Amino acid sequence: MDPSRKRRIRLVLALSVAVLLAGGLVYTSFSASTEASTPSQLMSSAQAGRSYELTGKVVDRSVDREGDGLRFAVRDRDGEASLPVVYEGVVPDPFREGREVIVSGRVEGGTFVAERDSLVTKCPSKFTKDEQGS
Amino acid sequence: MGAGVGSACLFVGLLTALYAAGASVIGARTQRPGLVVSGRRAIYCLAGLMLAATAILQTAFLRSDFSYALVAAGSSTDTPTFYKVTAMWATQEGSLLLWAVLLALFTSAVLFATRHSLREVTPYATAVLGLISAFFLALMVGWENPFDQLVTAPVQGAGLNPLLRHPAMMIHPPMLYTGYVGFAIPFAFAVGALITGRLGADWIRATRRFALVAWTFLTMGVLLGALWSYSELGWGGYWAWDPVENASLMPWLIGTAFIHSIMVQEKRGMLKIWNVSLICTTFVLCLLGTFLVRSGILDSIHAFGASTIGTQFLAFIALVIVGSTALVIWRLPDLRSEARLDSLLSREAFFLLNNLVLVLLALVIFWGTFYPLISEAVGAERKVGPPFFNLVTTPLALVLVLLSAIGPVVAWRRISPAGLRRALAVPLGVVAVVAIALVTLTDAPQSIASLAMFCLVALVLAVVGQEFWRGASARRTMTGDRWPRALGELVARNRRRYGGFVVHAGIAVLFLGVAGSSAFLTQTDVRLSPGESYRSGDYVITYERPIARLGSDSARTGAPISFGAVLTARRGDETTVLRPSRNYYPSQDPSMGAIGRFFKGEATSEVDVRWGLRQDLWTAVRPDISALSRPIREANRRFSNSDGDIQAIAIAAIAQRYRSDPPPAAFRTLVSPLVSWIWIGGAIMILGALIAIWPSPDARLRRVRSIYAARVGSDLSRA
Repeated sequence: MDPSRKRRIRLVLALSVAVLLAGGLVYTSFSASTEASTPSQLMSSAQAGRSYELTGKVVDRSVDREGDGLRFAVRDRDGEASLPVVYEGVVPDPFREGREVIVSGRVEGGTFVAERDSLVTKCPSKFTKDEQGS
Repeated sequence: MGAGVGSACLFVGLLTALYAAGASVIGARTQRPGLVVSGRRAIYCLAGLMLAATAILQTAFLRSDFSYALVAAGSSTDTPTFYKVTAMWATQEGSLLLWAVLLALFTSAVLFATRHSLREVTPYATAVLGLISAFFLALMVGWENPFDQLVTAPVQGAGLNPLLRHPAMMIHPPMLYTGYVGFAIPFAFAVGALITGRLGADWIRATRRFALVAWTFLTMGVLLGALWSYSELGWGGYWAWDPVENASLMPWLIGTAFIHSIMVQEKRGMLKIWNVSLICTTFVLCLLGTFLVRSGILDSIHAFGASTIGTQFLAFIALVIVGSTALVIWRLPDLRSEARLDSLLSREAFFLLNNLVLVLLALVIFWGTFYPLISEAVGAERKVGPPFFNLVTTPLALVLVLLSAIGPVVAWRRISPAGLRRALAVPLGVVAVVAIALVTLTDAPQSIASLAMFCLVALVLAVVGQEFWRGASARRTMTGDRWPRALGELVARNRRRYGGFVVHAGIAVLFLGVAGSSAFLTQTDVRLSPGESYRSGDYVITYERPIARLGSDSARTGAPISFGAVLTARRGDETTVLRPSRNYYPSQDPSMGAIGRFFKGEATSEVDVRWGLRQDLWTAVRPDISALSRPIREANRRFSNSDGDIQAIAIAAIAQRYRSDPPPAAFRTLVSPLVSWIWIGGAIMILGALIAIWPSPDARLRRVRSIYAARVGSDLSRA
């Protein structure tokens, strides 16, 4: 086989492997991902039984501890629409009213029922002085 | 006064950096060495200015001078001294200054080291580094001045964010930044090499050690971040695939690829395009890492304007990407390999493979990290979590560890199958024994990925052990030295090679910890009253009694109130006592009440860990202080106008009440096998890197000789 032909075969082979890998990556990431939704999106169009990732800010004076569980409301980042959340499990240290949280679960009768231990609070290294006072 | 001087330092620094860049380039273009030398000296000057600015800011922090906006926001009189010193880089302005001072010091060091060599490339590298400095200085002068003053200085500062009050967290940012900044050096020389067309291995030889130093610091930074997460954040994990963590891992991966592939260029003159591309990518990822931590773009995509300097940063990153890509394309004809790959069974082939795996790892992490942005661009915003990252990175990590075992024992150019057999026969035997032992004696087979990783770890350690054994025994037969001396001499005379082996052993040990702790973790979350017990792993844990302490938290972070628990953990007839607690920091919010603000502010978990080589016992507690809300409300009402002493007595009474009538508390317990080996492996990696970086005595002698020879040569030519 002449070398230029050999090189071309090698190139085609490498490219197809790359395309295959990229396809695999896109497929896995799509199937492993969850849709991030704001409270207003969920309130208008949540399907029962489907799992969502709720993002938004914890409404001021909405946090209520009930034994093992936690009740709070999450509102849109810039908006007033808010959705009540019931949650059980570990609460991250930076969790606080007014802070941004991400929590996964499903919507049942107008309430967001969160999965155990799924609450995530924005990473503390990004807190700025403006947020600390709030 | 001091603030004025500080701002002046920054402004003069900006002009100095621009002068250094301009003088070097003009000097190089017009063949005026004097101008180039003045450019270099301007960089030394810049380092002095940056040190002065840092000293002024640090003094303000130490003196708690709240007329500085930065000090008022990030420190307070009751912040412990250690955290006052380190509060500077908890703020955006302070971390920009840290970047600038580190960059000026690194630049000075490299320019001093190369002042007699690389006369063509260095001026352009100086210009690149000067421009990077100028960018950071412009950010501070124009938008984020760390010396901004408040019109009226508050009596008390806000204090350092309590979550950051952990020793690892305070050392972690400067380590990461030193790593990020360090990679600017090889990047600048690569750009210099591209501009001048001197594309041999000279620029690599001149900056190899800087790349290694940067890599070492980045390694330490990443590991300390993981340690902080494990021992401070109260959830028990060391890696959550958080965007900020990924941002520090990506340049580490590409930087690791770079320090491997430059060896191929040094030895064989191959992979030139690849090397300049890798170092440009590494530097871009370093900038991206700095940017991501501060901008919050990934956690809250819509709050894009939150950071005042996001746009400037993105513009600079875009400039670096476009500029370096254009340079590489322009020089493409000169970047041809001097040699071809002789065989797939050669070290260069294995290094290439290792590079591909590292780049692929960085690519999938990049994809996952930016998936919310990518998916939002094509439709709805979606996120991927740890399951995705674990799924895609596990196979790549396995291949990587396998390559780290085989790569170093394969010869350059070509190894015969017989040679490969000779190199791997004993290690493969060890792996077989380990595999049989694991399958028959332990429950390792429950996780195939972990079992495979344990075997690969054994392979790496056996290969490294065999290399040391063979090298040392060869020395012994030659010189008749004793074992320790033979071993020491062997390492001292081949630092790069054996330092590299030690790093590989370290990464294998680290993965031992990762595989053990990720697959065989026992996590228990319970809610208990004093006297009750529960079972976690092979421990029976009892909540003995509550703790309530005032003004003496165990971690000395300056928390006024600390509630916790005394736990006893029994395993067989061995008993250990653990005291996890939770620190409460006062809030400045007056609406919480004079007493309530002490309980409803920021709180942090102070976990208690019984570290062990076999397994860690990790405990955290979350006291339920909602039971105290009635007495707190009562105290708010009665003592809101009382003086500090009375309020302190009221707080003490509430604490006493927690002790005497404790409500149930929530506990999290982790029994995490082998997790300590992550930190041990990390320490071994750092040790290996230090061995590889340390200049060998021969090399130093050679350098002195060559300088001497050059001087004699120039004297002779003059005579």
